[in-house]
Order: sequence, then structure tokens, then C-alpha cells
Amino acid sequence: MPDKPSAAELKDYAEQADAWFKENTVRDPGFMLPLTFMEVSTDQQFDFLRDWQRKVYEAGYLGASWPKEYGGGGLHSEFQRAATRAMKKYDAPIMLNAIGNGWAGPLILDLGTEEQKQKYIKPMLSAEDIWCQGFSEPENGSDLGNAQLKAVRDGDEYVLNGSKIWTSLGDRAKYMILLARTDFDAPNKYAGLSFFLNPMKIDGITTSRIKKLTGEYGFVQTFFTDARISADCLFGGEGNGWSMAMKTLEYERGAKVKPVGGFFVKELDVMEIVELAKNSVRNGKPLLDDPVMRDKMTQYMIDIQALNLNNTRRRMPQLMQDRPMGLPLMNKLARTELIRELTEFSLAFQGTKAGYYVGDENAIDDGYWHRSYLNSFSATIGGGTSEIQRNIVAEHALGLPKTR
Amino acid sequence: MDNLGTIGTTEEQIELMDVATNFCRDKSPVDKVRALIDDDLGYDPGIWKEIGELGWLAIAIPEAHDGVGLSMAEVVPIAEQMGRNLMSTPFGSTTLAAQALLAGGSEAQQAAWLPKIAAGAAATLALREDNGDWDLSNIDATGDVSGDNVSLSGKKQLVLWADSAELIIASVKVDGAVRFVLIERSALPEGSLRRETVIDETARSYEVSLDGVTVSADALFDASRTRETLEKIELAAGLLHAAEMTGGAQAVIDYTLEYLKTRKQFGKIIGSYQALKHPTVNNYVEYEKARTHLYSAAHSWGEQGRGEVAVRMAAAQSHSSYSTAADRAIQFHGGFGFTHDCDAQLHRRKAILSGALIGDAAYQRSKLAGLLFD
Repeated sequence: MPDKPSAAELKDYAEQADAWFKENTVRDPGFMLPLTFMEVSTDQQFDFLRDWQRKVYEAGYLGASWPKEYGGGGLHSEFQRAATRAMKKYDAPIMLNAIGNGWAGPLILDLGTEEQKQKYIKPMLSAEDIWCQGFSEPENGSDLGNAQLKAVRDGDEYVLNGSKIWTSLGDRAKYMILLARTDFDAPNKYAGLSFFLNPMKIDGITTSRIKKLTGEYGFVQTFFTDARISADCLFGGEGNGWSMAMKTLEYERGAKVKPVGGFFVKELDVMEIVELAKNSVRNGKPLLDDPVMRDKMTQYMIDIQALNLNNTRRRMPQLMQDRPMGLPLMNKLARTELIRELTEFSLAFQGTKAGYYVGDENAIDDGYWHRSYLNSFSATIGGGTSEIQRNIVAEHALGLPKTR
Repeated sequence: MDNLGTIGTTEEQIELMDVATNFCRDKSPVDKVRALIDDDLGYDPGIWKEIGELGWLAIAIPEAHDGVGLSMAEVVPIAEQMGRNLMSTPFGSTTLAAQALLAGGSEAQQAAWLPKIAAGAAATLALREDNGDWDLSNIDATGDVSGDNVSLSGKKQLVLWADSAELIIASVKVDGAVRFVLIERSALPEGSLRRETVIDETARSYEVSLDGVTVSADALFDASRTRETLEKIELAAGLLHAAEMTGGAQAVIDYTLEYLKTRKQFGKIIGSYQALKHPTVNNYVEYEKARTHLYSAAHSWGEQGRGEVAVRMAAAQSHSSYSTAADRAIQFHGGFGFTHDCDAQLHRRKAILSGALIGDAAYQRSKLAGLLFD
């Protein structure tokens, strides 16, 4: 592990990063940029974000603390944190390759073979190889452990049959982290699952775009029909699929592997909502003079400030003694639900204008708020619904018995 | 928005947190809390003495006045643990009286009282009146200055621990302007204190009649310090009660969890039912937000602008989360929840009194809105 940098080294690096993002960040390319990796809809958006990630990687500000021998920068994680802070400061676009950098990459770095690390890490950092996730199935969403996509060993290959759904970037990805069933007679549903680093561009795998509630496209259903993949794609051994899948969640919470850097989901800037509220009118007076709206907006400010400070507090063991896993486990639930509520609230400011949608010239901010509200459900449902998140917090932070 | 607080801790805070966690848990088991409900004094004098000996009343008093020289930030973990264990003593009222003296007292007034408080003398504030207004400048009690004397009149309400306090700091109007005045309790005529029945049975509260009380003009705080004193009292009280309520919210959630993990109905532990599990998680999330705001408020204590925003956020969030968690605790205990024997009611009642004293969550938000949006 690299030594902790001196304050002077860190300052130099942070200044360079600051200058780079100041110079290179494009905030408005002339079309709407996705707020999350789950919202990439058009080729224009995809190409822009892919180029952006490559540019950031080549400048040394993504994967800066991942091992040098596999394409990272080999630096202490404090350097990467400084670069990420600069990205936030200049409101940089998201990193596109979320499943690769946030899920598959840390898993491969932690448990993969030398060959796998050489093969996968660098092209995922540069966004040359896009990754997607194949966990949910049409009949098995929240009950992920019951996944039924069949993987049957045949010599040096596995033969895949079944379907995965809600696959963000599924039609653009080169690889999928795939949860499949290799044993239908296992003692329990979890023990029959295996984990694969699955190539997407092969015979027998097709994708079908799904139109979202926003009217846009962003994810697909993936069909596997006698698709043959090399047995080398198996990761972690047969029957260990569930524990591999759970590990990806641990990395997401910042365990073990150093942060890759950047962000896959843009934080909502609450000041934009406050500005919108200040510029809105009700009964001929400023909206924030209305006591009900004023009180609600204040409550949301309290909520946002709490969640922002939670991100600092979770790294302060002295304030995390009683339930160390509490804040990390509740973060997704609290944050995604708040964003849903806030974006919904932003429509309440707009009076008659709340009736417009993306595409109409009368829509406020080109319908950004409407689209944000509808898209907010991608996060309260995807990656484990809020209801599943509450079970997780209840069972793993509060020690309540399982619901079953 | 640059008046939002940050979060951090001091070494002293964490040391005090460790000591207070053990002390309050060991000295204030719930059977003792319940025994003290029926006790006139309302606290254990032996424990009050120990609190003095531990130096906890001296924490936020400067070294020049025999204090420890830290700040309200270091009082927070203690108040938090007291709230968590329903440990009721004049600690809070005494701490706030010291803060009032620091904000508005003259050098001589501070020198006369702060060392005594630091050594363990109880004190309290007499601020509230019959109009029920949380605006502490809306008062009718008066002080008539005549030569070297001030004749007081009027009634102050919700004066906590007044029978134990050696010093009462009251607000009165002198020539139409709010002033603070130091009153030695021993100078009060017989019958000046009436014990009030307050919703939190672990607290002791009094109505104090100022009629017929005369103090020396030296006992008044300088008129120029009134505004600063009012602000300091409001923020210190907000922070202190936020700490108590945050600790209380933690306790009532833990208490509910114990029940959800042991009670069985329809052959199952009731904590496995999502109808109980999910709202409990929601309450837990709100509690953690309150605790984050609390330590942000402690960290931002004394900072111009940020300090007030952070304290009011902590007060609002802790009051709403404590209230809701205790309310649901009653419901989730079923029939037992409706009894006096269930501890949920102790917390629900305490949250109501705290809100009544400092202004409830909605009031805190109305103050915050002005700071954030205007």
C-alpha cells in the first residue's frame, strides 16, 4: 500500500486536479446530460459520457488509487478523493461505467486471478469495455436469491438459457456480471447460484429495449438462448454466486477495495430547488411566503443537510459506536427516497406549469424536474427496492428477525 | 448556502461520552427513574453530588471562574446520555443558567456565581409566562428600579428545579425593556414557589411568584447585554434539549426493538412483520439524522450564523424524531403500551415537555426558514 502522502504532495495534486477539471469540465454540451448511469438514453449521451470517462482516466483522475500494474495510478486513496472533490466542485458529468468500476472492478481486484485483472481492469477504467449487471429476472426481482437463469456445464463451456431484466446499458455493454443457477438440487436457493463474467456480444444473447415511464429508453431485457460461454467466465467457483453478488454490495459501501473515484449518480443540488422555489409565484406572492411550502422546504433542507453530513459521520468511528453498520446500510434508502420526495415537491412549486413535460417550450427548465421525478424511481426501485432496503436495515443494523 | 454547519468532534467530547455512557447507565436504571417520580426532590442528591465532583457543571465555564474552560460542545454527550437514561437532575437548568451568566453577567456577577456553579450549586432560569409564547422577549413581569433596589412583580412559569436552585435568573421588564435579574432563592418569600404538574413526571417544575421580591440593582444584567443573553439562552437550550431528545430517541427505539424481538403473535416474533419492522426502520433513520445534526450543532457551536442554523436543525430533527419514535413505541407495545408501566410513555411525555420548553419542531423550522430563505 502506498504511504500516506504528505500534505504538500496532496495539495499539489489537488491543485492540479482542480485546474484540470476547471479547464476540461463541460457542463452543458447542448443536450440534457443524464443524472445517473441508469438514465443514459441516446447515442449522443452515451458517446459523450464514454469520451468523458476516457478523458478523465487518461488525465489520471479516475482509478488513481487502483494498482498501477492493471492500469490504475497506484497512488494513495487520498489522491483519488481529492480528484473526486474537484469533479464535484465543477459539477462534472457522471462516470458512465458504473457496473464495471463500482461492482465488477473491485470484485476482480479483490478475488480475481492475475489474468482476469490484466484483461478487465484497464479497459473498464477507460470505458472501452462497458459493463452491465444481470441480477434481476422478470419473475425474480426483490427475491434475487431465487434467480432461475440456467447455466449448464458442457465440457469447457456453460450453456445459458433464461432472461435478465432492467439491465442498464445492456445493449451497449461488452460484459455482464451475471447471476445464474448452476444447481437446481442445491440444499437451498442461494447455494445453487454461480457468478459469471459474461460476454454480451455472442450468439444466443439478444437484448430488447424497454421504454421507461419517462418515455425514454435506458435499459433492456436480455435473452439467453443456448448461449455458450467459456467455463473460464465462472467467477468465485460454482455455488458461490450469492456470496459474490453480496460482495459487490460491500464494495459499493466502500469496503476493502479503494474507491475508483468519480460518481455514478449526480447529487441533486438542493440550491437549484431553493432557487426554483424563490422564483415561483403563488397568489401573486413569492412561493416561499406560503407557510406550508416554506415549512416543507425547510424540512427538506434539514433532511438534505443530515444526509450530506452522514457521509462525513460514517467515517468517524467515535460517532458510530452503537450501530456501526447503521449509516452505511440506510444511506441508499434515505437518499433515494429523499430525492424522490424532493423532485416531486419541485413540481408543486410550478403551479399551472406543472402540467407541461419535456419537449414543450412552456415547460420550466425544459421539463428537467418532471423527468427527474419520474427517473427518481429508478433508484428507489433499482438495486433493491426501498422496501427491501428497510428489511436490510432492520435485519442487519437493528437485529430484527427475517421476514419470511 | 454558506451558513450550513459541518461535523466534527473533540477529544474531550469523546472522553466525556465514554464516561457519561457508563455513569448514566449505571446510576439511572429505569426502576430508579420510576422510584424518583414519587420523590419530592425528583433526583438522588448523592448522584447530583457526584455530577458536581465529576466537574460536569464546570465544563462550559471558563478557567478564570474555576471552570474547565471547554464549551457547550462538550456538554452535549453528557446531556445525550442523561436523556438516553432518563436521568433527571438540575444539570440542564444549571448549565443554562451558567450560559446566561456568561452571556449577560458583569464580571462581578460572574465571579460571584460561576465558581459556585462550577463547584456544584444548582441554578435555573425563570423565563416563561402565562401567555405561552416561545418568544422569550414577550413578557409581562416587571422590575421597578428605585434607588439601589429593584422591586419585582409578576409570575414566571415552567421554572425547572426551582426548589433546588440556589440561584434563579429571571427575565423582567424594566422601563419597558427586557432585563435579566439574579435572584437568590433564599430571598424568595415563603409561598413564592408552587410546584406545577408537568407532563414529564421525571422533571420538577415550579411557578415562581416575583411579587414582593426586592433585589439590589447590582443584580440586574446590563441592558446592553439583553439581546445577546436571549440569543445565547435560546441556542444553549436548543442544543441541550436536542442532546437529551436525541439520547431519548435512541433509548425508546432500543426499548421498542427489545419488544419486537421477544413478543410473539400468530406464532411469530412480531419484529418479523413488515408492518412493524418498516416504520421502526424509518424511525431509526430519523434518529440517526438527529444525531448527525446534534454533533454538527455541537461542532458549529459559537460560530456566527452557522451555529444557529445547526442548533435549530438539531432541535427540530430531534424533537420530531423523538416524538414519533415514542409515539410508535406506545402503539407497537399494544395493550401494554397503554399502561403506565410501559416505558414508552416516559419518553413520549418527556418529548412533549422538551418541545414546550424550547419550541417544538415546527417552531424551530419557522425560525430556520428565516435564516435559510430570507
